[in-house]
Amino acid sequence: MLGTESQYMQYLFSGLTLGSIYALIALALVVTFNITGIFNLAIGEFVTIGALAAISLREVGCPNALAYTLAVIIAGLVGVLMERGTINPARKASVLTLIIITIGVSIALRGAALLIWGTHPYTLPAFVDAAPLSFLGAVLIPQSLFVLGLAVVAVALLFTFFDFTFAGKAVRAAMMNRTAARLVGINPARLSLFAFAFSGIIAALAGIFITPITTATYDMGFMLGLKGFVAAILGGVTNATGAIIGGVLLGVIEAFAAGTLPSGLKDAVAMVVMIVVLLTRPTGILGQR
Amino acid sequence: MLKRSLLVLLCLVLTIALTGCGKAKTTTEPTAGESKEAYKIGAVVDISGPAASLGEPERNTLQMLVADLNAKGGIDGHPVDLIILDNKSNETEAVLAAKRLIDQDKVLAVIGCSQSSTSLAIVDTVTKSGVPTISMAASAKIVTAEDGKQQPWVFKTAQSDIVVANKIAKYLVGQGIKDVAFLSMNNAFGDSGLKNFEEAAAANGINILLKEKFEATDNDMTAQVTKVKASKAKATVVWAIPPSASILTKNFRSLGINMPLIHTHGIGNQTFIDIAGADANGVIAPMGKLVVAEQLADTDTQKQILLSYISNYQEKYGNRPSTFGGHGHDAFELAVKAIEQAGPDRAKIRDALEGITDFPGISGVFNLSVEDHNGLGEDSMVMIEIRDGKWHYLAD
Repeated sequence: MLGTESQYMQYLFSGLTLGSIYALIALALVVTFNITGIFNLAIGEFVTIGALAAISLREVGCPNALAYTLAVIIAGLVGVLMERGTINPARKASVLTLIIITIGVSIALRGAALLIWGTHPYTLPAFVDAAPLSFLGAVLIPQSLFVLGLAVVAVALLFTFFDFTFAGKAVRAAMMNRTAARLVGINPARLSLFAFAFSGIIAALAGIFITPITTATYDMGFMLGLKGFVAAILGGVTNATGAIIGGVLLGVIEAFAAGTLPSGLKDAVAMVVMIVVLLTRPTGILGQR
Repeated sequence: MLKRSLLVLLCLVLTIALTGCGKAKTTTEPTAGESKEAYKIGAVVDISGPAASLGEPERNTLQMLVADLNAKGGIDGHPVDLIILDNKSNETEAVLAAKRLIDQDKVLAVIGCSQSSTSLAIVDTVTKSGVPTISMAASAKIVTAEDGKQQPWVFKTAQSDIVVANKIAKYLVGQGIKDVAFLSMNNAFGDSGLKNFEEAAAANGINILLKEKFEATDNDMTAQVTKVKASKAKATVVWAIPPSASILTKNFRSLGINMPLIHTHGIGNQTFIDIAGADANGVIAPMGKLVVAEQLADTDTQKQILLSYISNYQEKYGNRPSTFGGHGHDAFELAVKAIEQAGPDRAKIRDALEGITDFPGISGVFNLSVEDHNGLGEDSMVMIEIRDGKWHYLAD
């Protein structure tokens, strides 16, 4: 038996865990959007590549830390290759064309993942082998703490970078006004490259951290990418803080919807909330313009 | 210039990626020099996509059996040409593949599909064209029309959900459990399971306190499992296939719930145990006899055929076949037996299928008839428990 508060606590834990992942993906999407003006719809595939590469590297005998680091680097490189190979050559094309290119890349990457890893689900061991923690009657699995920790650390590092480094300030300038940033000598091509490398890294981290909880398959990225996209829209696409709030909110809404309503409605509830937010605040929760 | 060549390259990559998703066609060519005309059998299998863990062993089994059959001289000297198409676990693709087999390849019979959803999708097509079809999926709806009669052209080899539901209900009664929670996938497999389990529960005096659903692609079912923890249920019945079945099992264990966790035949492959790991231990499920073949009594009518299937498959593919491969085995053997009796005539093959009785297969002993196009009873399943990552036979 479980009391109502404990139930709600459990939904909150579960929602915060998945919400952190949505938030990280949304963050990568928002940063890319503000620098380049496009949505990178291949972001979910970066999650897949990070998670599956880590699994393969472990299988060939790499120690965990090395496998995870290499997988993150691989995903970052895929981001770089994608930007140099497809986005940069077409940079003068319309935004719509560029977004369609990212869809094309996502299909190609998913196809490649299918060829390399097949359709079987894989898993990674939890980072620490500890018993689940109990809190107000609800259970928190240790891996969830790592996921939450990743979100907090990633966000903290990102804001430090934005606020205290020269490169970070350049990125922020480009995020605020691309034309003006260009006028003061900030190279948009280099920033675009940064955005895609950053997306690859952050998405791969999200994939590696979540896999011990959810398992990994070649097509895991599609739904995660879509949810990250919804989170970004929800929070306001122009605002990094908004992306994080949007992600966490989406995760928590989903968990509570699955918990308190007939659970088949879970995805529908998340979408209805998004529509309501957009109707009442078209710019998202923290968006401007 | 560079930009253009890169664009061309991108287009190429995309084309390859898109066509790469096209039909994977595997045809077993009849041996050269055969004088008699080949008999064509078609198969539509969920080889890729979410149901790949079902479709792969089925395809492997079909390829192995047709090679063996042709090596032995085929059906009355006619080699068998088996055309296997991949439906990517998708209903539309399944219908297109079935149409192709019927219209272009003019097959005598169709085997497929792997899932209930894809199998249901092709029922109309094969019925309109009058092609005997043997599905490898579970749902009783595949062979039962709206009016309760059997679909004239459709048969199936997997145990029906109602058999599974009854087996679980009887097990619960035997354990003295009256109140249960029911969790199911939000698709044709889960819905059919829910409907049949409701009937079985009502017939056996079991109360379903809680019914929850989850999507096949969900990453976390903690919310649904939390509701179970908060309920007064004494056991949980889960109607799902991996990976969602495995994720749910992990969630269930991490919340530390102390009640029996009962799955269905949907977890009958090693993938379930591989992903759920130690959390799979203690899971109870009704299952075809294949997974515990070695533990069966020697008097069991199926034991010999089970052991020979396992050793042949293991020799060829290096791993143990799953119950899904077994469904493919039975579908192929039934089709071959019917063609042996009826010759190359679709309507006669259909009639021959309805007359097959006491036919020992992998999933059970088949007794097909006009009223029963599945032909398997509760004796086709046994209860198993997963212990130390291994299937363990629970004798009645």
